[in-house]
Amino acid sequence: MSNAKPKKKFSRRKFIIRSTVGVGVAIGATYFTRPLWRRSLAGLLNSAEAPYVGNTDEPRLWFEVTAENQVILNSPKVEMGQGTFTGLAQIAADELEVDIQQIKVIHAPTASGNIDGVSTGGSTSISSLWQPLREMAATMREMLKNEAAKQLGTEVADLSVENGVVTGNGQSLTYGEIVKATTEWEVPDVPTLKKASEYKFVGQPVPRVDLKDKVNGAPMFGMDASLPGMLFGAVVRPDQIGATFVGADTSEAENMPGVVKVVREPDFVGVVATSRMAAEQAKQTIKAEWTTDRNWQSSDIEAMIKVGKGDPVTIQKTGRPKRILDNEEDVLTAEFTSPIGAHAQLEPNGAVVHVEADKATVIISTQVVDITRKEVADRLGLDPKAINIIPTYLGGGFGRRLHTPNAIQAAVLSKAVGKPVKCFFTRKEEFQNDTFRPPTHHILRGKLDEKGKIKAIEHNLSSGDVMFGSPLFPGIAAPILGADVGAWRGGMIQYKGIPNFRAVSWRVKLPFATSWWRSLGLLANTFAIESFMDELALKAGKDPVQFRLEHIQDDKAGYRLSEVIKAAAKKAGWKDEVVNGRAMGFAASTDANTPCAHVAEVSIENGEIKVHKVTCAIDPGMVVNPDQVRAQCEGNIIMGQSAAMYERMIVKDGQLLPSIYGPYRMALMRDAPKEIDVVILENDDAPGAVGEPPMGPIGAAIANAAFRLTKERLRSLPLVSS
Amino acid sequence: MKISFNINGQPQSLDIDGNTPLLWVVRDILDLKGTKFGCGKAACGACTLHVDGEAVRACSYAVKYANDKRITTIEGLSNGDELHPVQQAWMEEIVPQCGYCQPGFMMATAALLEQIPNPTDEDIDNNIVNVCRCATYYRMRKAIHRAASIQSQNTKTQTS
Repeated sequence: MSNAKPKKKFSRRKFIIRSTVGVGVAIGATYFTRPLWRRSLAGLLNSAEAPYVGNTDEPRLWFEVTAENQVILNSPKVEMGQGTFTGLAQIAADELEVDIQQIKVIHAPTASGNIDGVSTGGSTSISSLWQPLREMAATMREMLKNEAAKQLGTEVADLSVENGVVTGNGQSLTYGEIVKATTEWEVPDVPTLKKASEYKFVGQPVPRVDLKDKVNGAPMFGMDASLPGMLFGAVVRPDQIGATFVGADTSEAENMPGVVKVVREPDFVGVVATSRMAAEQAKQTIKAEWTTDRNWQSSDIEAMIKVGKGDPVTIQKTGRPKRILDNEEDVLTAEFTSPIGAHAQLEPNGAVVHVEADKATVIISTQVVDITRKEVADRLGLDPKAINIIPTYLGGGFGRRLHTPNAIQAAVLSKAVGKPVKCFFTRKEEFQNDTFRPPTHHILRGKLDEKGKIKAIEHNLSSGDVMFGSPLFPGIAAPILGADVGAWRGGMIQYKGIPNFRAVSWRVKLPFATSWWRSLGLLANTFAIESFMDELALKAGKDPVQFRLEHIQDDKAGYRLSEVIKAAAKKAGWKDEVVNGRAMGFAASTDANTPCAHVAEVSIENGEIKVHKVTCAIDPGMVVNPDQVRAQCEGNIIMGQSAAMYERMIVKDGQLLPSIYGPYRMALMRDAPKEIDVVILENDDAPGAVGEPPMGPIGAAIANAAFRLTKERLRSLPLVSS
Repeated sequence: MKISFNINGQPQSLDIDGNTPLLWVVRDILDLKGTKFGCGKAACGACTLHVDGEAVRACSYAVKYANDKRITTIEGLSNGDELHPVQQAWMEEIVPQCGYCQPGFMMATAALLEQIPNPTDEDIDNNIVNVCRCATYYRMRKAIHRAASIQSQNTKTQTS
């Protein structure tokens, strides 16, 4: 399709978030610091649909038809396990009228021009591309049909299309043949899109398009990449919090076998060698000097993360919750905490980079293709267009690859030796230089009325930063919003039938990097709020499921939430009683407009919680691939269980520890529930978020179940000490 | 030192530092990238391959110990186009998400099924101790049972 010349542009979708933040920047930061504005902006960011930022009007950037009649879909979104490639293939296949097998999804290199302007993250890939991708695929199909009509000497109306073959006038042409014979393309208006009843692939449990490669161990990840003549790099990284590089004695490394060059930069020192082992061994001999301002301990961090310290912003307020909770008797108060969490994705960060005189090639697992490109360009002093980022499949993302300084370091090493260089983190470096899930502290207050309904509730949360400081988020946004949008994800009260409620977010800047971790604040905030809802239900003497349903507002979001709560309870056979040493716990959350409820069934074995079964109900709106929605629920449940029950980073003598799997205790096969039951509801007509929402309720569901067996309320994560 | 072994049915001879981890020999010298680096300390199992039929964590296994032995990696697990029962089960259960740790799990499972053809849940819990961050454990357990059943079916077919 390289000769395609679009003549018309489609109308773009509404840019709700961007236009709003844009207006804020234009008007000036002070205007938006007014509390009411901050709250409305917070509410908007909490419920707005995230738009796709990138090209949505040139099919030729997205699709390529091969002579073998295969359609290559150039995806600007990356595949990190969430199943996006499969969903995109299904969506495109239906409008293109090709078989799913005829579509091959690849990562679009930036040189292709099809670049995502933000990131792959936030559970937005399918929801944000749903409309534009269908429009482009349908347009592409019409372009092919128009050309086929000319080539077959007939009218478009007389053509039929199936599996990428256009038939009319007694003859057939494959898409590949049509493309081969076409030199000039006309881009028509966007045709009418198909109705849901006409889909062949959307809505079906199509096997993942990357399944066979992944089962065969194909070399598809960033760390599997290589370039001819490639050397291996290693960079000295600090193990101390707040370490600033001063200098290094590299004399021993210079003479080590296999060492090609020791590279000294103002901000780091690295080595390039002929093998990974030679590079790592040489690195070990480098005596780097760092300055640190303080010998940090866990107790220092815990003292910082306290509601009441830092800057508060009211992110949600209805009625007069504070007046009631400050002045009335019999207010229930509870405190909750969550620890520092590591990403611990299996593929370490790194890149293969080749810097040449006026251009560079970067092969990398990244969630921020465009930011990686800009950052490498800045460091090399090149135009971003001179940098070709070739994204690969990610060996886990989870937010870890929304920062890619590793690409810069590999680029600097490559430039120093004039050859391609592969440079990756060790596991210790990965654990100690992670961009962690921030620790949190929560205070919940609640007051019941005489009928046992919640009269007022308040959630105060203190957290390290998630979005602030991220290259994804403009610096101007921090003073505008005041509260970190990522930190308070899941921190609002979702039961809007309560007459008086509010949520307050306290911002704390920690001395180490904290950032995006799958579902952001959702895991910790839901743990606190939904544990507290359980406490209130018991105080009211009510069934926790019924109690939740009593407090849901009468609108669409409320309807969807109550439906998942009822569906989870029904499917699990919800009973608030201990049977054969097992108890159930209930929790629900709404994240990015996707409500989700879990019922956890647990017992206590040898003093530890054992999770036997989790029943999950989720309503992500229209479902593109039910099997992959299930897979995301299963993965979120167990990853969330792992984070809620076992995981914790500590700070000791300035170091973040542990620095290896095992001591950083995570859920293994033996810990995972043997039964996971997922119910999918579809009470919306477009696809919504799936990749993170099921993370929300799991911690509280487990803790609430455990309480019924032990009568001990667990208010700190991890629930089991490691 | 000079080291010889058979890898995925092919004889191989190398002149190399005998302390080099087998993982880097397999990945960087022999260009078999299916065996993954996860931690370098035998703590995650992403680098699991077979040495003389036994599951080994190749990041912490010096290549000198592989001398004269038979190595199988994920690339050699299938019989040409015919998938190994473990891979077949992994396909049928649609196990992988990001997929990075999956070769290690499949190699560990294939070795387990050689020792215990019909593992119980407890056998699986005790023997499959690799790390999967996407947490695909639920489907992996189902796939392991399915693989055992495919394998026993195949054995019956061959012997009848």
